[in-house]
Amino acid sequence: MQNPYLPREAEIVERVQEAPTIFTLKLRFTDPAAQGAYGYVPGQFNMIYLYGIGEVAISIVSDPDETETLDHTIRAVGRVTRALSRLQPGDRIGVRGPYGRGWPLLEAQGKDVALITGGLGCAPLVSVIRYIVARRERFRRLLIMQGVKRSDDLIWHEQYQRWRELPDTQVLLAAEVAEPGWTWHQGLVTALFDRTHIDPGQTIVFLCGPEPMMRASIYELGQRGVADGDIWLSMERNMHCGIGHCGHCMIGAPFVCRNGPVFPYPELKALLGKKGF
Amino acid sequence: MDKKLRVAVHKFSSCDGCQLAFLNAGEKLVELFELADVVHFAEAGIVDPDAPADLAFIEGSISTHEERERIRRIRENTRFLVPIGACATSGCLQALRNQADAARWFADVYSDLSKIDHLDTATPIAANVPVDMELWGCPVNTRQVMATVSSLLLGAPPRDENEKICMECKRKNIVCVMVAQGQHCMGPVTRTGCGVLCPGIGRDCYGCYGPAENINGDSWGRWFEQKGMPAERIARRFRYINSEAEAFREAGKRWREKS
Amino acid sequence: MAERRNFLPRSEFPRLLSELISAGYRCIGPRVRDGAIVYEPITGVEDLPQGIHDLQAPGQYGLEQTAEPRFFAWANGPQALRPLTFAGRDKLWTAERKADGSVEFAGESPQAEPVAVIGARACDLAALYIYDRHFMQGEHPDPWYTARRQKLFLIAVHCTHPSLNCFCASTGDGPRASYGYDLALSELDEGFLIEARSEKGERILAGLPVKKASAEQIETADREIEDAGRRQVKGVPSRNLKDVLFARLDHPRWNEVAQRCLSCTNCTLVCPTCFCHSENDVPSLDGSRSEHYREWDSCFTQRHSYIHGITIRPDTRTRYRQWLTHKVGSWHDQFGRSGCVGCGRCITWCPVGIDITEELAAICR
Repeated sequence: MQNPYLPREAEIVERVQEAPTIFTLKLRFTDPAAQGAYGYVPGQFNMIYLYGIGEVAISIVSDPDETETLDHTIRAVGRVTRALSRLQPGDRIGVRGPYGRGWPLLEAQGKDVALITGGLGCAPLVSVIRYIVARRERFRRLLIMQGVKRSDDLIWHEQYQRWRELPDTQVLLAAEVAEPGWTWHQGLVTALFDRTHIDPGQTIVFLCGPEPMMRASIYELGQRGVADGDIWLSMERNMHCGIGHCGHCMIGAPFVCRNGPVFPYPELKALLGKKGF
Repeated sequence: MDKKLRVAVHKFSSCDGCQLAFLNAGEKLVELFELADVVHFAEAGIVDPDAPADLAFIEGSISTHEERERIRRIRENTRFLVPIGACATSGCLQALRNQADAARWFADVYSDLSKIDHLDTATPIAANVPVDMELWGCPVNTRQVMATVSSLLLGAPPRDENEKICMECKRKNIVCVMVAQGQHCMGPVTRTGCGVLCPGIGRDCYGCYGPAENINGDSWGRWFEQKGMPAERIARRFRYINSEAEAFREAGKRWREKS
Repeated sequence: MAERRNFLPRSEFPRLLSELISAGYRCIGPRVRDGAIVYEPITGVEDLPQGIHDLQAPGQYGLEQTAEPRFFAWANGPQALRPLTFAGRDKLWTAERKADGSVEFAGESPQAEPVAVIGARACDLAALYIYDRHFMQGEHPDPWYTARRQKLFLIAVHCTHPSLNCFCASTGDGPRASYGYDLALSELDEGFLIEARSEKGERILAGLPVKKASAEQIETADREIEDAGRRQVKGVPSRNLKDVLFARLDHPRWNEVAQRCLSCTNCTLVCPTCFCHSENDVPSLDGSRSEHYREWDSCFTQRHSYIHGITIRPDTRTRYRQWLTHKVGSWHDQFGRSGCVGCGRCITWCPVGIDITEELAAICR
């Protein structure tokens, strides 16, 4: 019987420092067959194993069709991620995955797609943006709204600049605390709703970020007539196994690792924002 | 690794027992000396107390003026500082004086008090200098200290073992001595790490690893109070080896006030 | 069903063990250790707890020796099938780091020997059915659980001596074992009624010197089981409390129970359906090798809900609520039934005697 907990060795091909505590690791399986066989959907995640220290769940930020590397953008906050941040190209780690339900990209075809993110919540959606940009004709309007606490926290400036040049694409950024030179909005990401138009019934919304930010966004979307079923969100919880066995990541009945991390809002509505779940 | 990890083991007010976690480590001790530069470890015969270290294990509490100065110097010379054992994490037995008439105790024991250099209280290391993590236990064991070294060598501090003793008892299929035998086991309020030494041989845990996270000393005590245990005895369960650990100190105070 | 039952005289009971042993099974059964009934290897019927009664109350467990001839005149002990299938700690794999920095992963291949468990209770079998679904029947079957589970031969003993903490009748899981066993026994003073429910069971039964059970024996056995259900003093307010519990997440009782709860995890670690576990690395000192383990965890720990600097359930109130709303609430969505099988272990082995049935009654009233 296959051991579902066993990682495969991967090599760090490139390391990019995105912000003082945020970095991207571009990975490649050392076994070419494993690299060739690996496929995923934007929104899915991998369990990244640091030798001798442990595993941590990280979402995949690359486009599924870029098969050269497998990219993970990570904030150094915990025991494992801080140690991961010290790794360099050539270092070996373990990877197992992909796990979970990704973003509903088939359902999004032919619709306006609004991507609303906060902080490093943009990471799980970057894969979606890359996916849509590469297949632009299949989707209607693309709206990207990203908020950060401090303007210095914004990563991927150049990409945002590039994406805003694309046809029928709107990029809106907000920082609660703006440093000199910040040309975007100062305030909460939810204030950006007044600077755009959302066409209810024609729009599918993908949310990722801190839960208060997602709840505030859901409220704004409701005010604008967007149906609950058109709102999808990506959740984060403690994950040890990644395959629905260990029980840490449950929010009520759903296992975030198996039934999520991407959920249609109605599946979480009852418990979202309820302290302790 | 081109540069070896510099490790120091320092001693303050203590019984020296925690240092045995290293000295009794057998092959692991040999391995440690190969992997690291042990720059100071008086009990092992290496004496250079002011040597800069990447990792310093500190045994003992701060009980004298000299110790208070010395721990500050060590902190300045150390990158990652780890108090080990009950003395260093909670003051241990000598900290019982903090809640008692210490002056009388000194007078009862010593004929000439002018020769005694002591602070009014015996305090844990963290009450004197910032610490990077703590290893609890009276004494700590080889697994704990070596896990700290190996984890740091790999680039991360070891996981904080803050769970209750009960978890390890259950994993090892040890029959609960509190429920099945009515023993006054402190497992439900005590931090894991010892490998359930006491319940493993059929006796109650007496809390030598200090408080676990999120303990409920009031409920624990009420259970035995209902069974006829006097409040003063309940208080003494908390006011023992780790009397200065906050959660035990506060629980002990409340039970003493009830007595 | 009654007419299929056979009678095995008490004097021939050792034959059951010898049949199992000659069929290649290691026998695990109830025996007394450290003041409790535990399921451990037995070599003969003399290891069984003959004449032993268990005395259970919230937070209390005791044994009493009587002169009665029965081996199974008690309800249960702290554990039964859980550690035999989902062990307290398992090594999942080992990572070796070579001199060139490469890391090689080697998975463990769990091996299990055939094990016959004598004396599984109806509640234990109901719980095992849930474990089967959780560990074995999903997209990623667990190799450790599966290996052990597939080698189990289960001999149920219908319960005739419920403890004061038992409430399987109200959850619908006992006291009669109705599924999930190879052989089932009803114990009478003079011997055992025995029935097979699987081919494996039939094969063992065929080797035993049984005779047809008398109508009177069958009636006595059935009556004792029915009485065992009727004698239970505790119960759940309803078999599906999902909606009512989730409607009362702010009930003051959660605060009240948190004043008593030690957050010590004992309830979850004796529960035969709790499945939470954590994964940990144990690296060697020289950095060449790291072993990766999984071990029992609990929703009552801080670490259970920790994620990048935030503990989602920082206090006992939210942890106890997580346990109960999952166990008898959201469990229905995951498994199509409650996660409580009425074994009463969480009541007995709670060091301060918190009673799940009382808490449910107070919250769902």
